[in-house]
Amino acid sequence: MTAQTPTTAVTVSTDLGRARGSGERGALWVSGGFLVAVVLAAVFAPLVAPADPNAIDFGNIWAPPGADHWLGTDQMGRDLLSRVVHGARESLLGPLALLLLASALGVAMGTLAAWRRGWVDVLLARVTDVMYAFPGLLFVVLVIAVFGSGMTTAVVALGLAFTPIIAKFTRSVALAECAKPYIDAYRVQGVSGLVICLRYLIPNMAPALLGYLVVLFGEGLMSLATLSFLGFGAQPPSSEWGLMVQEGQSALIQGVLWPALVPGAAIALVVVAFNIVGVRVADRLNSRR
Amino acid sequence: MTTHVLRRLGGMLLTLAVSSALIFGAMYAAPGDPVSFLVGDPENVTPERIAAVRAEYHLDQPLLVQYWLWLSGAVTGDLGTSFQYNAAVSDLILTRLPTTVSLVAYAAVLFTVLGIALGTLSAVRRGRRTDAAVTAGTTLAASVPSFVLAIALISLFGVRLGWFPVTGLGEGFLGRVHHLTLPAIALATGALAIVSRVTRQTMVEQFDLEHVAAARASGIAERHVVRRHVLRNSLGPVVTMCGLVTASMLSGTVVIESAFGLSGIGALLVDAINNLDFPVVQAVLLCMVVAYMGVTTLIDLVHPLLDPTVRIERNRV
Amino acid sequence: MLLDIENLTVTLPSAETRRPVLDEVGLTVRPGEVVGLVGESGSGKSTTARAVLRLLPEGAAVDGRARVGRTDVLSAAPAELTELRSRRVSMVFQDPRSVLNPVRRVGDFLTERLVLALGTPKAEARARALDLMAEVGLNRPEERFRQFPHEMSGGMLQRVVLAAALATEPELLLADKATSALDATTQAEVLSVLRDLRETRGMGVLFITHDLHLAAAYCHRVHVMYAGRVVESREASALFADPRHPYTRGLIACNPGLDSDLAPEPIPGAPPSLSTAFTGCPFAPRCADATQVCATWRPETFPLDDGGVACVRADTTSRGADPSRTEEEIR
Repeated sequence: MTAQTPTTAVTVSTDLGRARGSGERGALWVSGGFLVAVVLAAVFAPLVAPADPNAIDFGNIWAPPGADHWLGTDQMGRDLLSRVVHGARESLLGPLALLLLASALGVAMGTLAAWRRGWVDVLLARVTDVMYAFPGLLFVVLVIAVFGSGMTTAVVALGLAFTPIIAKFTRSVALAECAKPYIDAYRVQGVSGLVICLRYLIPNMAPALLGYLVVLFGEGLMSLATLSFLGFGAQPPSSEWGLMVQEGQSALIQGVLWPALVPGAAIALVVVAFNIVGVRVADRLNSRR
Repeated sequence: MTTHVLRRLGGMLLTLAVSSALIFGAMYAAPGDPVSFLVGDPENVTPERIAAVRAEYHLDQPLLVQYWLWLSGAVTGDLGTSFQYNAAVSDLILTRLPTTVSLVAYAAVLFTVLGIALGTLSAVRRGRRTDAAVTAGTTLAASVPSFVLAIALISLFGVRLGWFPVTGLGEGFLGRVHHLTLPAIALATGALAIVSRVTRQTMVEQFDLEHVAAARASGIAERHVVRRHVLRNSLGPVVTMCGLVTASMLSGTVVIESAFGLSGIGALLVDAINNLDFPVVQAVLLCMVVAYMGVTTLIDLVHPLLDPTVRIERNRV
Repeated sequence: MLLDIENLTVTLPSAETRRPVLDEVGLTVRPGEVVGLVGESGSGKSTTARAVLRLLPEGAAVDGRARVGRTDVLSAAPAELTELRSRRVSMVFQDPRSVLNPVRRVGDFLTERLVLALGTPKAEARARALDLMAEVGLNRPEERFRQFPHEMSGGMLQRVVLAAALATEPELLLADKATSALDATTQAEVLSVLRDLRETRGMGVLFITHDLHLAAAYCHRVHVMYAGRVVESREASALFADPRHPYTRGLIACNPGLDSDLAPEPIPGAPPSLSTAFTGCPFAPRCADATQVCATWRPETFPLDDGGVACVRADTTSRGADPSRTEEEIR
């Protein structure tokens, strides 16, 4: 009976891609196309962006969307479209980095726990319990309070927070896999445990793990953007989307909505699209097993 | 039953001990020495302040004693002193508690009522269009981060339409409800998908059970069957989930209070981190972890009251 | 005729379904009569009983007719159907544990139908339930009224279920394997309670069971079902003495009974799933007597003196059956 905010959210998001309906295929293609466009825009940001994302123009602050600035400008007159396009790099690389960290640690821990059982397994369960005692992002907030705000701290802290989730998932997959006869066959032949894990066990789990990571990506993006929004992640003059929303917040009261809504929409659209595509990819990878 | 309660409480205390040690010990992980970390803002370093920090945290004592003194102080209501506000942390928390509690309560009412209603609708119309629409709609809403939703709500209903105020708390009960409506919606939306999902799932499982078929066979109207057999039997998991989600909202308020400029406990935490006011950070985190663990344990202990079969299984164990 | 089912065919909507779950089923129950319905799991016995209350899976295609008294069940208006389910027909399911809502008290179960479906005042419903509990042989009814299902034994629960079924004084009782979840002594007790009640009330019973011996001993007439069809319909006494369908003979050979010297002899193969379609007699693949004809013979029921049999090779000559029971018995 432990609440686990990230994982419950994940199980919810998995249904989005499975929702059956007439528009299901269409939604899949639109989402996929949108994600490809976003990734391309991030890679070729200097070519795609119409202006320098950090070019300040105090004569032109909070300009509405128009011919000069398609999505308007922010409180320093910077072009919002260019900032969003450049910000895509940090906004997408951050979750990728934290998932790489979390999966390196988590897969190692989970595999070890399933392979060795005994105290390693108990230790993993205890660590997980303590992590889950902190609701939501509070563990990450503690780490940031100690080591200071910044993108690196935020990514590492989130990576640590995601580790037990991935470890737990890996453990369950590994336990099922270890029960299969081929593992015993290698053991009987005298192949060492390390070799079995690295060469057979982990590769055989890879599709399931990859599918799970794809689903977690949206979660990672949301969490990282939230930290930046609170001022704990990316720092100015970065154009990370969460930070852009925070900077745009002050304009809301003045009736200027674009600076906050543009990056906010970018986050929401990417997460939604990712959940739609991600669940499909996860299903495909799982069914191939 | 008693063994179960005791075991559950023991587990909770153990986890609390470890997490409080983590919260306390975190300051030793900070770069540099703990004194300068605890003093915070480097511009304010004075000998008096250093002395105050040393005394506050008993830094001349062994580590375990420090932790024990801090924890026993916390248990008796002494949560330390905020260097930034120069005030007792417990007072800071108490003055801000009503905002946070009313926000969480409001959001809990919203997602419980709407979540169970939508889940029931989905379950009754399972496999049809309404079901698909509810599932797609709630999951879509859950994919939007709460702070983005907050911004969208402020833009549309606060600024554009002017239906709701976007700052402050308002006067009286109605004023407070008016002011907290948008924050509560932003806080509740993510949970809506979880609750309606769990409601739908448990209800759909119930629909296939024999006692439901038997109730139908005896000519009882479908609305009674749904209410007395399907919904009633789903309450255990649904209420449990509502409680867990409410507990985890404690951390959600951090984001929502910042987005709406409400001065609750969550906003206090964010301020404290940005102002390097670590005693406040420790105290708020400790309170949140204790509240969270307390609520989740309570739910686990209350669950048998809703489901007599669980009660009997526990008794046998 | 109290219950009259004619040519009832039910097809489920699933993609894997290759044959109807019920195929031209016909059977009758007269007032005061106990009619057995026997067959292996999946032969369509329960579906038949549920069809009598129009409790069919969503999307099922139904053809044929089922009447209870004057009511055509399959085309009845909602009000008429509710009247049928709530007052005139009661159903007793196999496992009393799963029939009683685990989170409600036994008393709720007993009064729910009276209060919610028939609008009986609560106090009256309670008094009626307490009387019935005594009638089905439950002691300390007041106390049991407040208990939860998990606090009672299976035998007691089945009595509760019987009491609830009888509360509205139905014309017809559908007993779907009502005693097979009980141990032998409890089974005998419940059956004797049921027999007494039936006799005093003149209620018709459709008695569904796997157990051919039980059906033969307890019922007036027995219908044997296989793969959604009625393969043999007989007087109970004739069934053991003179089974005509190879499947009935197989069922008897499976379980020769305690006083027999014969070793149990299972029917080869397994009951067919819904994904198996048949070009001829559905039993042919498992039938020792099957010939080439059986593979293409579309089953039809040949009349017997005391019922009918659906086997192309069955001997339909009369063997000294009572000549007074003639045409009206043969459908």
